Amino acid sequence: MKYIVELEINGTHHEGAVEAKTTLVEFLRDQLGLTGTKIGCNEGECGACTVLLDGVPVASCCLLAVEAQGRSVTTIEGVADGVELHPIQQAFVEKGAVQCGFCTPGMVLSTKALLDENPHPNEAEIRMALSGNLCRCTGYQKIVEAVSTAAAQISPAKEGRDE
Amino acid sequence: MSDYNVLNSRAKRVDGYDKVTGRATYIDDLRRPNQLYAALLQSPVAYGKIVKLDTSRAKQMKGVVEVVTAKEAGTVRFGVSPARYDETVFAVDHVRYVGEEIAAVAAVDMETALAAVQAIELEIEELTPVLDAETALSDSAPQLFEQYKENVTAEVAQEFGDVERARGEADYVFSDHLLSKMQDAAFLEPNGCLAEMNNDGQLTLWSSTQTPHYVQRTIAMVLGIPLHRVRVVKPQVGGGFGPKASASNLELAVSLLACKTGRPVKSIFTREQIFLRSRARHQFLHKMELGIKKDGTLVFLDHQAILDGGAYSSFGIATIYYAGSLLGGPYKLPHMRYHGVRVCTNKPACGAQRGHGGVIARALFESLLDQAAEELAIDPVVLRLKNVMSTGEKTCNELSMSSLGMRECLEAVRDQSSWQRKRTALSQKSGRGIGVACGFFVSGAGYPIYRSDTWHSTVTVQLSEVGGGAVVRCASAEIGQGSDTVLAMIVAEELGLDLQDVRVLSGDTEHSVDLGAYSSRQTMMMGHAAKMAAIDARNQVAVALAESFGGPPERFQFKNNTVVVTEGALDIAAMRKNFFAEHRGFTDHPPADAPLTFREASRLAFNTLGTIVGRGRYKPPKLGGKYKGAAVGTSPAYGCSAQIIEVGVDLGTGQVDLGQVTMSHDCGFAINRTQVEGQMQGNFLMGMGEALFEEVKFDHTGRTVNANLAEYKIPTALDVPALDPIIIESNEPNGPYGAKEVGEGGIMPTIPAILNAVQQATGIRFRELPLNPQRIKESLTRLKQDGKVTFESDAQCERIIALLSARRK
Repeated sequence: MKYIVELEINGTHHEGAVEAKTTLVEFLRDQLGLTGTKIGCNEGECGACTVLLDGVPVASCCLLAVEAQGRSVTTIEGVADGVELHPIQQAFVEKGAVQCGFCTPGMVLSTKALLDENPHPNEAEIRMALSGNLCRCTGYQKIVEAVSTAAAQISPAKEGRDE
Repeated sequence: MSDYNVLNSRAKRVDGYDKVTGRATYIDDLRRPNQLYAALLQSPVAYGKIVKLDTSRAKQMKGVVEVVTAKEAGTVRFGVSPARYDETVFAVDHVRYVGEEIAAVAAVDMETALAAVQAIELEIEELTPVLDAETALSDSAPQLFEQYKENVTAEVAQEFGDVERARGEADYVFSDHLLSKMQDAAFLEPNGCLAEMNNDGQLTLWSSTQTPHYVQRTIAMVLGIPLHRVRVVKPQVGGGFGPKASASNLELAVSLLACKTGRPVKSIFTREQIFLRSRARHQFLHKMELGIKKDGTLVFLDHQAILDGGAYSSFGIATIYYAGSLLGGPYKLPHMRYHGVRVCTNKPACGAQRGHGGVIARALFESLLDQAAEELAIDPVVLRLKNVMSTGEKTCNELSMSSLGMRECLEAVRDQSSWQRKRTALSQKSGRGIGVACGFFVSGAGYPIYRSDTWHSTVTVQLSEVGGGAVVRCASAEIGQGSDTVLAMIVAEELGLDLQDVRVLSGDTEHSVDLGAYSSRQTMMMGHAAKMAAIDARNQVAVALAESFGGPPERFQFKNNTVVVTEGALDIAAMRKNFFAEHRGFTDHPPADAPLTFREASRLAFNTLGTIVGRGRYKPPKLGGKYKGAAVGTSPAYGCSAQIIEVGVDLGTGQVDLGQVTMSHDCGFAINRTQVEGQMQGNFLMGMGEALFEEVKFDHTGRTVNANLAEYKIPTALDVPALDPIIIESNEPNGPYGAKEVGEGGIMPTIPAILNAVQQATGIRFRELPLNPQRIKESLTRLKQDGKVTFESDAQCERIIALLSARRK
């Protein structure tokens, strides 16, 4: 038995037929071909499948597609503006915050959620916001630096004030 | 600043754009038309005899296309080292660990494949498993393999110098042991692969691997396909750290299913399967005696080690050698004796992981140095500086330090961390401590895994036939460490091109031979080959230019996308006119008065000579000693590193928090400074996890009880402190541009620096890892009650060491 879900993905209206047990990440990857969202553990521990649901980071492996009915989903494919990288993505590339890249989409989305909510986070707030996204390659240092750089880039007026 | 245009910079990763936009494709992002899905039947018990295996019911299920077992796969043995081939694709007669592959199903979807696995009738007569090294060595233990007497899969006995004689020269002998726990590499991307057999009998396997070349060989050997008809392609790989550095049963099973069905077959591990397969860090127990003079001069090391290898050999023969040989440096040590034993047990097989074999040995050695420093009342940094080796020296086991910035590394962290002031300001047992440690590591294995005169790395650089850019083709393995970027930078430097005009197509056995990403070899070996290939291509262009413009080819220099001559000027008017004519309608002509562009020069070379392909190759020269085992640890160069780590220990709860971390690494020459720092920081993370909380746990039946990332914890952004890397460049004569490793050596100081800092903070010298709150709290309580600390594992460790000593005699 299939259910029709309607939701907005990266600003575009989508409809799809899913089974009740289909997770959001399966729907995104297998049906829509949005493979930028990764599966690292499929049990909500690693954060590689992070997407924004109405602006809030969630593990898309632990959410059923039908639960996203009527909601707005942002995946990594929806972060850049065409070929123009989002300042967060730009900072990740420039600061060397990317190694194997498997955690990167989730990291970028958790960062986006953080900066949308708190444009001038301090280091502790950055680390807290990323603590649900595991990275085994970088030691997080360059990721934290990239987030700071992106924050200053996006909201330069208040740069450094909250530090 | 350097004389280079591209090298030694902070160039952006060539795959950065794809990775931040989600466009980078990993194995699970690939799909082929008409694809099937494979699932594995894996052993539910640690040790047993297969008494029934009936696939008939599974085969009849709707949607099931093929089911294979050892009957179809055959019994050709494979593994890592040819002398230790001890695995088969599927279990034959016996299963030896929970998770061992018994059968595989290909079906129209994963759900059907999993249901079919359930339908396979399997009966196993359970046998009592061997679950630890002591049991494995005991007389009453069953022998798990016919070929491994007393369950010993490898035994090493080496002596350099004369330890017994040297005992007389030592004023002090410090003795201790250290027990670690099995670790998981916990790369973020699950292992997976996709195989397809073409009509012409060519098998293509896409796989999340570190070593396409070794996988190609193993698939061909085990499945009986001519080697040249097996192609292995590595898409982007989401981390490897060692366990992806050899062919897996999954790759073999999926390839076999692709051959049998004629359809593409794909399978991706679950997180639990990653833990069950392991091939990650062994459990080590080391015992050392370190002889030292009153003035702090090191005299001898007498070293014993036992490794719990799990069910199969995997990389274990190399691991057991590395566990001894990597103590040859970076300190002057004239006498060293090593006895290492690796046993098999009914647990997942252990293999290579970052810092292969050397991490726990290094931890104990550096812990002993601190014990010596305390007794001799010498500052730990001073003691180390007194003994460090320098460039040009050779270790007692004949490892040649062709460059070694060990002193510079140590002095850099000492000065940057304010060591002197902090060390003396902190009193013992105050809950705060600061620790130091060093380490070193190979820059690529000096010998391939199979005995051969093969080139270790080959590469081609093809210039764009229409002029302008270059394509690098090779089989090297970008697994996140940044090797593609390093290769692109080298080729761009030699051709005088912008980085974005060099495209790297790597990870494909049809492009070249490269042994892969293990033993920190990519920059060293592929770097040499890429440099040679780029120069070869450049020289061909120069020959064509000399033909057109006269003079020797050497007078043409390639820089900033142009070609200039060392003396005089080039009259390029006629040539440029032809180029413009050839490009009527194009709007990107070089300005009429601009110097000769690379685009024009490379086009001219094509028009003269045809396709310009530069070829590069590298294999290390004959290196190292002649003794048995000399091949492991021998390398063209050695990176080295030092760290100073501050800790705070909550004396109530036993919780360790890391404070300031100062780290230095001598990478010879930093081809990409950002990436060098990234490797140093990543090394630290893996080391701190192993030091503080990572431990794969087993129940009494041999089942892994924490095979997930909730209960097997790896460091999060909240656990890791700020990491401040210092790059030391000692200019390695054997490395390309002076470069050597940074991928693994940086992990060496982390565990011992934490151990040494925690010792100062608590007054306790820990002999068992990890330093989790429970262990620390219990130890603090015992210290308070008894005035001294014993560890629960002490008695067993002593019994095992006694067994080892008996073997040595």
